[in-house]
Amino acid sequence: MILPALFFYLFAGVCVASAVMVIVSRNPVHSVLFLILAFVNAAGLFVLMGAEFLAMILIVVYVGAVATLFLFVIMMLDVDFTELRSGFLEYLPIGLVIGGIFLFELLLTVGFWIINPGVAKSITAAIPTNVSNTEALGLVLYTRYIHYFQLAGMVLLVAMIGAIVLTLRHKASVKRQDINVQNARTPELAMTVRKVASGQGLQDADAAEWVR
Amino acid sequence: MTIGLGHYLAVGAILFTLGILGIFLNRKNIIVILMSIELILLSVNVNLVAFSTFLGDIVGQVFALLVLTVAAAEAAIGLAVLVVYFRNRGSIAVEDVNLMKG
Repeated sequence: MILPALFFYLFAGVCVASAVMVIVSRNPVHSVLFLILAFVNAAGLFVLMGAEFLAMILIVVYVGAVATLFLFVIMMLDVDFTELRSGFLEYLPIGLVIGGIFLFELLLTVGFWIINPGVAKSITAAIPTNVSNTEALGLVLYTRYIHYFQLAGMVLLVAMIGAIVLTLRHKASVKRQDINVQNARTPELAMTVRKVASGQGLQDADAAEWVR
Repeated sequence: MTIGLGHYLAVGAILFTLGILGIFLNRKNIIVILMSIELILLSVNVNLVAFSTFLGDIVGQVFALLVLTVAAAEAAIGLAVLVVYFRNRGSIAVEDVNLMKG
């Protein structure tokens, strides 16, 4: 009984501590690494709660995709991050006051609440006890919530197309293969036959056409 | 010392506050602001999964999955906009983003 509690405090403590480090870290690369740590520990919390599938998805999606994306962008942008940090101390007092009030209110809400007795009757899809979490999730996700599932897929598709359209650019200086131009090339276009007068060589006007 | 719903909700509340605080403190660094938004969405997911587990209703986990999807899409689009902005302006300072001001 004590072991789950210990692991809860371990995961929650490391998660909160690394979340603090995300927002106060000087170097954005360190911020991303602490974000990864926060997500891994949140995945640990999910496992403790019995949501193993979401925990693994959290690691795959966040650590594997989102954090890597952040790292790539930070490394691609040549930005002076120390200059961006100026004003941190300026906003610290007001931020701490607002954050403190906010946290106080939230914890007040969390501390004094009771579950409505009627909520047990309004449960939509009870967690089945005889199957694993992944299977239980799949049983509702692919049947009752198939439209939400497909909508999520559409959101990802739109995001992918949007990101590609935004960042794709063709530089004029880069030579690319154009297959249509290559296929449309004929001997008449590609070469010319010249009668060169003996002993005179090519004139400059001819040479200009040659390089075409 | 049983770990109940309130413990997880407290973790979610703290993470949410840290995300808000991160937006406040790093007003100039839009990358850290995006990471703070990820923290906020993570705290929402913690809340959803906690309620799902302790009420015995799996719909909360389905909803957390959708939130995860939206978070990933938001990060991709946000970073793409950031890259385009950096290409055009050579800076990612938030206070420079006023070209659309009327």
